[in-house]
Amino acid sequence: MPKATVTFEDIDVTVTVPAGTRLIEVSEKVGAGITYGCREGECGTCMMKIVSGAENLAQPSVLEHQVLSDNLAPRTARLACQAQVLGGDIVVRPG
Amino acid sequence: MSHPAVVQPGRPVELARGVHWIGALDPQMRRFDIILNTANGTSYNAYAVRGSAGVAIIDTVKIEFADEFFARLEQVTRYDEIRVIVLNHLEPDHSGALPELMRRAPNAELVLSNRAPSILRALVRELGTEPEFIAVGDDDHFDLGDRRLSFVNTPYLHWPDTQCTWLADEGMLFSGDVFGCHFCDDRLWNDTVGDFRFSFDYYYHHIMRPFRAHVLEALDKLEPLEPRTILPAHGPILRHEPRGYMARYRRLATPELTTRGDEKTLLVFYASAYGNTARMARAVAEGAEEVANLRVSLYDLQVSDVAQFVDLIEEADGLAFGSPTLNADAVKPVWDLLSSLTLVAVKGKFGAAFGSYGWSGEAVGLVEDRLRGLKMRVPVKGLKVKLNPTEDDLEHCRTLGRELGAHLTGTARRRVIDMAELA
Ligand SMILES: Cc1cc2nc3c(=O)[nH]c(=O)nc-3n(C[C@H](O)[C@H](O)[C@H](O)COP(=O)(O)O)c2cc1C
Ligand code: FES
Ligand SMILES: [Fe+2]
Ligand SMILES: [Fe+2]
Repeated sequence: MPKATVTFEDIDVTVTVPAGTRLIEVSEKVGAGITYGCREGECGTCMMKIVSGAENLAQPSVLEHQVLSDNLAPRTARLACQAQVLGGDIVVRPG
Repeated sequence: MSHPAVVQPGRPVELARGVHWIGALDPQMRRFDIILNTANGTSYNAYAVRGSAGVAIIDTVKIEFADEFFARLEQVTRYDEIRVIVLNHLEPDHSGALPELMRRAPNAELVLSNRAPSILRALVRELGTEPEFIAVGDDDHFDLGDRRLSFVNTPYLHWPDTQCTWLADEGMLFSGDVFGCHFCDDRLWNDTVGDFRFSFDYYYHHIMRPFRAHVLEALDKLEPLEPRTILPAHGPILRHEPRGYMARYRRLATPELTTRGDEKTLLVFYASAYGNTARMARAVAEGAEEVANLRVSLYDLQVSDVAQFVDLIEEADGLAFGSPTLNADAVKPVWDLLSSLTLVAVKGKFGAAFGSYGWSGEAVGLVEDRLRGLKMRVPVKGLKVKLNPTEDDLEHCRTLGRELGAHLTGTARRRVIDMAELA
């Protein structure tokens, strides 16, 4: 299975994960500061900043786009409960 | 000198040229939003501002008071003169009469902060269609002919959508919940009503305190306006020394703990029946104390005044909690403190849990979950020790303290782990 890495900058932890992993599955287990509300891509609570490797995440869905724009999110933001890892290296932080 | 009531049943109150109070008094209210008490009821302040090109309505009232609001409104304007409805905050105590007002004033535009759209959609589902509105930010304004309303984006005071509206020609700041309080007094003005200092501080502490970083950001925008009158959405209108209320907010929102340079602080809390978790707590603190630039404090929660600890926590960078497992749970003094943190901002602080247990050891995991639920960062895995800690166990506690300290002071080494290792 292709491997990828996700680095949580706020706690300085890098996790190697299989492709297809959702960020929510990893961030909670390692204790990163990303937090969740609805867990279904509606509330915007889990907004995070992609520091690098945005192209290594699956494209946001229409719903995720809508929630991000409702929350005036910068271009670097994604919802951690929605974002799915494709491969490569990704660096994120809460925000 | 005695001050007669200025609010009369069914009558608006003129506050300045073309500016009227058209709100409602709610003297019977005793408990608000579940989390606040008020000995003095409250008021829902709404305002009408008339310019040469029409009328602006700023905020409405709780739905039960809609009749009172419309009765006052109708004495200062016809519905077809209303050009704009500004909602500084969409909570139902201010948006209650909005759907009906929009029905009666179909030509009025609706102005909301640019954070409000998703909240509005959920609130006015009863309208059937999504209302059109203008979303405004700091650089926006709305002209009423000879006078202008401008807007100050003040998010999270105390909802994402909160904003203030500024009427420059009168120096009037319509501030929404900010600078408000639950204090119902028909004399209306801050220099003629009863002593409401307690209510003012109490409202800050229960509504604004969790957002104190946002309070300071908002004050940076509002103070330079030098308003002559602050017109909040609850309680007295502040015309006498309005600056004093801003200064009070600044004082309440500014951290009091002074640290040296970039020194960080860690508080270690514990409860312990037989001393095992207490020994672990001392070792955690010892380990943390070895970290340069970290100030460590240790507290026994059993002789605790929760409110005092909440004050300390508000200013701390890191928190470690020690709890034994009793009947498959963490102990009450720990939960009491952890359930009292909704009034302070703990998001982003570093946390850790540890504790002694007998056979099942649930406490540590439950406390860690709670810390994450509070949006804290939990970078070091919690530590459980079966019954009496050995010297080895205590060394592990010191390591926990050192590692937590390293994260707090930004000296932690990056860890690389495989997802499969995560429990
Ligand atoms: C003081 C206060 C704080 C609130 N904080 C939040 C919040 O942090 N997140 C959220 O989703 N809703 C928050 N809300 C919104 C309420 O959950 C929402 O208004 C809800 O519909 C109230 O339900 P009720 O009618 O059962 O009281 C808050 C409401 C109040 C009054
Ligand atoms: S948790 Fe609500 S959008 Fe992700
Ligand atoms: Fe409110
Ligand atoms: Fe309010």
